[in-house]
Amino acid sequence: MPENATLPTLEDALALGLTRGEYELVCEKQGGPPNLLELAMYSLLWSEHCAYKHSKKLLRTLPTDGPSVVMGPGENAGAVDVGGGLVCAFKVESHNHPSAVEPFQGAATGVGGILRDIFAIGARPIAVLDSLRFGEPHGGPGTRTRYLLDGAVAGIGHYGNSIGVPTVGGEVYFEGPYEHNCLVNAMALGLAPRERLMRSAAAGPGNVLVLFGASTGRDGIGGASVLASAELGDDGDGGEDKRPTVQVGDPFEEKKLLECSLELLERSLIVSLQDLGAAGLTSSAAEMASKGDVGIDIDVATVPLREPGMEPFEVMVSESQERMLCVVEPASVAAVLELCEKWEVGGAAIGTVTDSRRMRVLRDGELVGEMPVRALVDECPLYDLQPAKPAQPVYRRPVGTLAADAGVREALLALLASPNIASRRPLFERYDAIVQSRTVRRPEQADAAVLALEDGSALAVSIDCNGRRVAADPYRGTIEAVLECAANLACVGAEPLGTTNNLNFGNPEKGHIAWQLSESVRGLGEACRALQAPIVGGNVSLYNEGATGPIYPTPVIGMVGRLPDARAAGRLGFARAGEQVALVGPFEPSLAAGELDKLRGEPLPDGLRELDIDAVRAAHVAIRDAVRAGALSSAHDIAEGGLAVALAECCLAGSVGAEVDVGTVDVGALDVGEGGPGDDLAGLFGEGPGGFVVGGSAEALRELGPRVPVRVIGTVGGDALTIVRRPSGAPEITISLDELAEVHNGLAEMFS
Amino acid sequence: MRFGVLQFPGSCDEVDALHAARRVGDAELIWHGERDLRGADAIIVPGGFSYGDYLRAGAIARFAPAMESVIDFAREGGLVLGICNGFQVLCEARLLPGALLPNVNLRFTSRQVELEVLYSGGSFTAACALGERLSIPAKHAWGRYYAEPRTLEAMDRSGQLLLRYAPGENFNGSVHDIAGVCNERGNVFGLMPHPEHAVDELVGGSADGLKIFESMRLAVEGARA
Repeated sequence: MPENATLPTLEDALALGLTRGEYELVCEKQGGPPNLLELAMYSLLWSEHCAYKHSKKLLRTLPTDGPSVVMGPGENAGAVDVGGGLVCAFKVESHNHPSAVEPFQGAATGVGGILRDIFAIGARPIAVLDSLRFGEPHGGPGTRTRYLLDGAVAGIGHYGNSIGVPTVGGEVYFEGPYEHNCLVNAMALGLAPRERLMRSAAAGPGNVLVLFGASTGRDGIGGASVLASAELGDDGDGGEDKRPTVQVGDPFEEKKLLECSLELLERSLIVSLQDLGAAGLTSSAAEMASKGDVGIDIDVATVPLREPGMEPFEVMVSESQERMLCVVEPASVAAVLELCEKWEVGGAAIGTVTDSRRMRVLRDGELVGEMPVRALVDECPLYDLQPAKPAQPVYRRPVGTLAADAGVREALLALLASPNIASRRPLFERYDAIVQSRTVRRPEQADAAVLALEDGSALAVSIDCNGRRVAADPYRGTIEAVLECAANLACVGAEPLGTTNNLNFGNPEKGHIAWQLSESVRGLGEACRALQAPIVGGNVSLYNEGATGPIYPTPVIGMVGRLPDARAAGRLGFARAGEQVALVGPFEPSLAAGELDKLRGEPLPDGLRELDIDAVRAAHVAIRDAVRAGALSSAHDIAEGGLAVALAECCLAGSVGAEVDVGTVDVGALDVGEGGPGDDLAGLFGEGPGGFVVGGSAEALRELGPRVPVRVIGTVGGDALTIVRRPSGAPEITISLDELAEVHNGLAEMFS
Repeated sequence: MRFGVLQFPGSCDEVDALHAARRVGDAELIWHGERDLRGADAIIVPGGFSYGDYLRAGAIARFAPAMESVIDFAREGGLVLGICNGFQVLCEARLLPGALLPNVNLRFTSRQVELEVLYSGGSFTAACALGERLSIPAKHAWGRYYAEPRTLEAMDRSGQLLLRYAPGENFNGSVHDIAGVCNERGNVFGLMPHPEHAVDELVGGSADGLKIFESMRLAVEGARA
């Protein structure tokens, strides 16, 4: 090991986020105390963000294989076969803590990072979706939630719009527990010819490492350990002192990087490719070396820098954006650098692949750090969780905004106006959803985004997770999130091919969070197995807590499916006056943990109702088949706000009214609404998996009957939603489309 | 009929424009660093964020070598269509009068908008009927068309105002609801909405945009005949 004047101490290691035990293990692996560079590199690669040390054991229980899977977890992104010689690469990733500190750049670089993951495996990005969580937006302009929301939405738009990748969908929820720890998860999809898929393993000792893209600066130093792997303190300024650790994004640079990378692959000029994300060169180079079972030498003096005087450890850990690392055969280096010049991106040979299985860092040829690759990448200790179901409720009761005795009309209007249900138009209008000319279904036209493929088929994609329901029951809530995504796909006629997930949780060293995490992963595995939608990749974001407690456990699910005929893609809006409206599926609504209960200030229940995954899946299959056959004019999955909200959404999306009689809707024997058994609000506003509102001809609905429960409840037509409840004699409720639209536009004022 | 579609670093909608043009003729991309327009009958300057648009939308792109050739091509009467960022580039290059300012809401906004055809004829709207409505998506942050009142009067008199936003559709705040204008000679046309994204019902919400490309084909083939 090279000599150093003063070696860092245990205290330095602790400050960098390592534990005492981990530091001692580093010393053992190194055969003595590490120098500053080595310690910095270990601290990053052994951080939660890079090593998954609290989640890896759980993640190993997930199903990762299936008939469509082409590339599973472990690469930059997963990929599934979509026919016609093409694969779809996709992945979701979080940028939570950077966004809490600086929402615009945090969200923008989140999008930039996930796009690089996609083109690193050789796929051209074709779509972005995002999943956002903020605190309650009430309280007028200038509040923290509005600042974060506005910044994050602007950041996502800035990056996605400028790079020419459409933002085709997403979801956002507003809940108290996210107030001090917002979530910004971004998902991207890409397409690649199957034979062009690129892996990241470095190979061929003697080959050259070329770093290309932006130059390297001091931005984002220590992001992975400082931001991503610790709780955000309540320092009253929202993490002001951490701002220098947030990276700054440049979508124009990334656009050039994208085109350059794809052309390098097309011309077969490179052996392997990896993006630089968290922990910069350190993790990219070390992971490439580990996967290829080789060593790597990097000379930091050859790395193009933004500013002079950077220390070797700064060069190695910088998280400057828009950079890629590739392995090139010596004979191709000149051609690679020439192509970089064409696309006006920087390119430099910075190192070589060796057979030493050691990561060696040099400066002008002088050794300044050396570590065994295995120790650095694969030998971080993994921890067993100590799950303990909490004896007391973890989350505060929400502040009620709707009187417990509010009637149906008042409740429906309040739900439609509530931030979790109101129209997302003010958000998605800030995104380009149509560039690349593939978008068959734009936001609010269908439950899932639909993207046409050249052979006439289409991909469908959905992202979802209701954290409040996961908080009430991490196991069943997570199953519901997976079922919700699959239901969204079914409504456009798509069959699931694969799943990605982003596990956003609090501090796993605490028993109740460990319990949430392990229960959630158990549900995730079970649901994905049942739906044959294996997990092909994902991300884990832990330590999402502030001084006021943890976030709701939020296992964000992204699911990709395929439908044979893009032209048959389903819509959610009622289509034709005179057609019938039916409630389809094994739907057993309950108010518990639902949106109405939240508005009424009800606490979370301890557990959700039992569910039958197979029965729900059978309903998905029936809906999917009917949509594909063109038998249904509209299909919409019942989610937040229950049947009544779903009906209103179908009316609004189709610009046509409906009259329904919900008096016969069975709410099941287990109803737990405020009014006790028989509280008829549960039938209208209760939530649960397995329910759909469909529109179609009487004949089409009759044909659906034998396969799945179908209850015809009304007729499409008119310019109002009318709800009657025979035979109870309860008063009829009629709300005009105009009034529905007006209350549903509740988020618009936040963007005015 | 052969279209050339310029490609700058940061162009986003060039492939969409290429495919739209191929519905009525041949089309190929022309790299921004090239001066040779390869015998194109018409040039499309596409949408996107050329060179990142960090200075001012279109301000850098107008100096590209390919743009110098396009300026000569336009002066000789060649057909040039600028869409969104391309419209901004053509204004920066002084091939079209006026300028594009930030939207009144100061936000990037994406919306399917209804346009009204103010002039039926010439090289870009001959396939449309006077007063016809076209449903075409618009998506931009700098789309507020502005020109001096005197310039606008002159443009109006010489029939240079080709498209306007239908009532209630002008989200960017363009003066007189102007959505698309041509030069005095009628061979250079710029508009903020994206006709190339409205050439196929499946993904465009309408196929109304095709009429712009069809008009260009008619103009080129008519001139030949």
